[in-house]
Amino acid sequence: MKKVLSVYLKPYYGRMLIGFIIKFAGTIMDLCLPWILAYMIDTVIPQSEKNRIYIWGLVMLVCSILALTFNVLANRMASKVARDTTEAIRHDLFAKTMWLSNARTDEVTKPSLISRLTTDTYNVHQMLGRVQRLGVRAPILVIGGILVTLTLDPVLTLVLVSVMPVTTFVTYYFSKKSIPMYHALQKAVDQFVRLLREDIAGIRVIKALSKTDYEKKKYDALNQEVVTLEKKADVTMAIVNPATNLFLNLGIVFVVLAGAYRVHQGYSEVGKILAFLTYFTIILNAMINISKMFVIISKAVASANRIMEIIDVSDDMVLKRYEKTKKDEAYIRFEHVTFSYKTGAHVSGKEAEPNLTDISFSLKKGETLGIIGATGAGKSTVAALLMRFYDVAEGDIYIEGENICAMPAGRLRERFGVVFQNDTIFEDSIAENVRMGRTLSEEAVREAVTHAKAKEFVEEAGRGYDNLMNVRGANLSGGQKQRILIARALAAHPDILILDDSSSALDYRTDASLRHELAAHFADTTKLIIAQRISSIMHSDHIMVLEDGKIAGYGTHEELLEHCEIYREIRDSQM
Amino acid sequence: MAEKQKKYEKPKNRKGTVLRLGRYMMQYKYWMLLAFVLTIASNLLSLMGPMLSGYAIDAIEPGVGNVDFARVFYYAALMVVFYLISSVLSYVLSILMIHISRKVVYKMRDDVFTHLMELPVGYFDTHQTGDIISRISYDIDTVNTSLANDLVQILTTLITVLGAFAMMVAISPKLVLVFAFTVPLSTLLTKLITGKTRPLFRLRSRKLGELNGFVEEMISGHKTLKAYHQEENTIQKFDGKNEEAVEAYYRAEYYGSVVGPTVNFINNLSLTLVSVFGALLFLANQMSIGSISSFILYSRKFSGPINEAANIMSELQSALAAAERVFCTIDEPAEKPDRENAAELCHVKGDVLLENVRFGYTKEQVIIKGLNLHAACGKLVAIVGPTGAGKTTLINLLMRFYDVQEGNIFIDNHEICGVTRSSLRKAYAMVLQDTWLFQGTVFENIAYGRQGATREDVIAAAKAAKIHSYIKRLPQEYDTILTDEGANISKGQKQLLTIARAMLLDAPMLILDEATSNVDTRTEQQIQQAMRKLMEHKTCFVIAHRLSTIQNADVILVVNHGEIVEQGTHGELMEREGFYYQLYRAQFE
Repeated sequence: MKKVLSVYLKPYYGRMLIGFIIKFAGTIMDLCLPWILAYMIDTVIPQSEKNRIYIWGLVMLVCSILALTFNVLANRMASKVARDTTEAIRHDLFAKTMWLSNARTDEVTKPSLISRLTTDTYNVHQMLGRVQRLGVRAPILVIGGILVTLTLDPVLTLVLVSVMPVTTFVTYYFSKKSIPMYHALQKAVDQFVRLLREDIAGIRVIKALSKTDYEKKKYDALNQEVVTLEKKADVTMAIVNPATNLFLNLGIVFVVLAGAYRVHQGYSEVGKILAFLTYFTIILNAMINISKMFVIISKAVASANRIMEIIDVSDDMVLKRYEKTKKDEAYIRFEHVTFSYKTGAHVSGKEAEPNLTDISFSLKKGETLGIIGATGAGKSTVAALLMRFYDVAEGDIYIEGENICAMPAGRLRERFGVVFQNDTIFEDSIAENVRMGRTLSEEAVREAVTHAKAKEFVEEAGRGYDNLMNVRGANLSGGQKQRILIARALAAHPDILILDDSSSALDYRTDASLRHELAAHFADTTKLIIAQRISSIMHSDHIMVLEDGKIAGYGTHEELLEHCEIYREIRDSQM
Repeated sequence: MAEKQKKYEKPKNRKGTVLRLGRYMMQYKYWMLLAFVLTIASNLLSLMGPMLSGYAIDAIEPGVGNVDFARVFYYAALMVVFYLISSVLSYVLSILMIHISRKVVYKMRDDVFTHLMELPVGYFDTHQTGDIISRISYDIDTVNTSLANDLVQILTTLITVLGAFAMMVAISPKLVLVFAFTVPLSTLLTKLITGKTRPLFRLRSRKLGELNGFVEEMISGHKTLKAYHQEENTIQKFDGKNEEAVEAYYRAEYYGSVVGPTVNFINNLSLTLVSVFGALLFLANQMSIGSISSFILYSRKFSGPINEAANIMSELQSALAAAERVFCTIDEPAEKPDRENAAELCHVKGDVLLENVRFGYTKEQVIIKGLNLHAACGKLVAIVGPTGAGKTTLINLLMRFYDVQEGNIFIDNHEICGVTRSSLRKAYAMVLQDTWLFQGTVFENIAYGRQGATREDVIAAAKAAKIHSYIKRLPQEYDTILTDEGANISKGQKQLLTIARAMLLDAPMLILDEATSNVDTRTEQQIQQAMRKLMEHKTCFVIAHRLSTIQNADVILVVNHGEIVEQGTHGELMEREGFYYQLYRAQFE
């Protein structure tokens, strides 16, 4: 929260100050009216001069108009500051999220990131606007009211002011107490988001198994939890308002009592006490408004803290310095790489075995490496490490003799074209899905689509390349999706191509002609092909057989058939 | 974009929205009544305060040396009591309102979710997940905040205004005429402004929904975006959406917050008019100064709460706009309800017949054209063909995720439109290419389809699916919590888990849609036996690209462009040297 004030609001201090001044002027105008009124009743009316009545009436009108103008102006400025600040915070949060390493993303979890970006930033926005709009008038009224009462009777004012520390303490205490509650609430909201995403993704399975009632129950439990947490926090804050009310009203009782003594002793007059009470009402209402603001502030503080948690996350994928590039004839080189996913299920309990152990290999430019092996053997992990989605635990990875940990992410990843196992189609046109925001000509997109064997169905569809994809590419079949993804990977003629099980949904014919295309048009591209089908990788220059994260065989198809038991078994299972 | 616009532009009816919100509240009408009574009571009590202090001051009145302390103390004590009661009442009131509003919100969230679960699957394919989440979180929250705070405020306003108004009429009916001018004026202005701002608040809710949709999609595709180094680009796109959202928020807030000062202005205006006319009346000897001042005092009483109420107008409006979006979702047409006389499908043998089935997701694009197919009990039907030929669509139809446009599907001679969906779907076990795991333990994930599955059942299924040894290596074995996005579980392993899940189902029919596409072939062979056992005595529909897995099918349907181009056993089709033959040969090229 401190950071919101000191960093994000700082550029607007000036504007806020002007806004406050305008608001102040508007409030003063508002307060002038009763004063003029009193003057009219006490002085002007008894004089029975119509003209003066009209003049003062006019003055009141002018004050009203000024109050309107100033207040609207100030509100507008306040809303602007809130808008710009929120925009900046949200931008920074999103930018940070985009640059967050995979390990960190796994840690925070995506649903939590989503709710931080949405409900949390919204809470902050709401607070910034409201506090500026309503937060000026109330303190002015309180301070102004106290000042006026001071001129009336300082002793009575002291009596009244003496209850203020109590109300301040109550407000502070309960606000402070509620912040962790709002924090817990937002955490529950994360779970809410998680379940919704999960169920939307799995709607077919849920319906197929007729588990909607079960899901409703799960949802109900979360709904209950969220509601209970909301209630708890709100009920905690609900005491502030009546308590403020009560203490201030008790204050006025003291004032009356003290006033009685003072009048009795001749230090004060009844009229003063009467006036005192009038101003007191103003102060009370203002104090209540202030205490109301604390509810929204506490909520926003909890949210701001969650936002800053992410913005302040240190970068765990730092660029490391290594000695200058050594000449290397190999384009890609893995040297004794060992790695394990530390997060998620492996956090507690058993000491997890590394997901990859002692992986070494090297590829020359334009060569193809096929990776094959059992489910869960670590095939995808090899690709993830090469792209530095995670940092290796031991060993080194080099591209053109340069350690990948020394390359800025942009320079490293622009070499790649990749299709993941669970890749994403975005809700956008086909052309944009292939282009992926890169500056690629229409020509290049078309060419890639042709290479990926997707031309036929793309051009068949209504609007061709401009055809819009549904959410998650739901209007495409599995094989069509894969071909669009492959087109995306090929479009920029990458130096390195990674295809992670990306032809699993393709029929053999398409798969085969895709391989021909790759061989013919992407000879300079170094390829990593992860596959289940031996036919997809048997022509590779090198084949790596992975078993439980270790290399169980490395060589060409023929060599492996001769030496590698596992490879033979795989072959036999498919022929 | 035009399509998108259309999607959101649903008929909007404010009265309807208010009424529907009202109906939610009315479920707790006794609580509401209590709240109403409490509001009146605490307001009256707080009005008592000034009266009592007035009496106390009367007791002080005699001045120096003559203060009647007994009475002062008496009234002071009364004040303490009244203020105490008033505070307690208002505390109870806010607790009560929190209670009611949470109940309403709970019910609304529940209704939305329940309805979501009843929507056809197509809805989720065309609506951004983030936008749906936004409706169920942000929009309902907005309604909730407004319910908890604003209702009481409005009620308070109403009571105070009515009370003060009555007092003013009693003092000077003529002066009240001033309000005959200002009240309609303020109503008019408020109406004018709210009419202008309503679309702005709608836009604000919608833009926030769009932003949430974008955020959800981009975070889902986080890894892909990183791989293509699209961080900066995406951030830029986000900035666009972000700006739209905050701008919409700003405009709504700004115009909405004009209402407050405007109403305040009209208050001031009436104050001015009252003093001028009051003065004139005084000059005409029609009113005493005392009357004018008490009249003004009451009219001030008026303005405070009205001001407050005007300030919350914008909140109310955003609540209404949000409620509209929530109701919009609830009004989304659900899956057509089962026919009234729909029978429960029981003791299914598994005889499936498709007659002249025609279907397309859109009217223009027909995917399945006049398909005829008979799968007798216990037969293994394999469906092969190039991608996009309509294989998965066929499964959507069998499961009734979508309804056929023409033709009929029968199971054991029952038309499937005539049986309940849940009994139909229960008749199938299904393993899809897109695996789905939820956050829960391994055990829960496997046992998902069968209630009351024991640990032994689950372990047996996991062993048969060859995933047992992997599970044993997990930190808490079967009690390890899985997440769908867990980095440490491969797609093949997920498929094995879903196969284990299907093995626990006791359904007479089985659908395998590329169920093992990401499982390595050795493991696949190891689970062959279990798969065969799973398929035993069941009518099976198998979609696979690896033709080796379907060679023993009773009948292979070769689908292309939504039509069956060939059908027969593996041997027959190979002999024919047609489309299937080519597909088969392609494996070895």
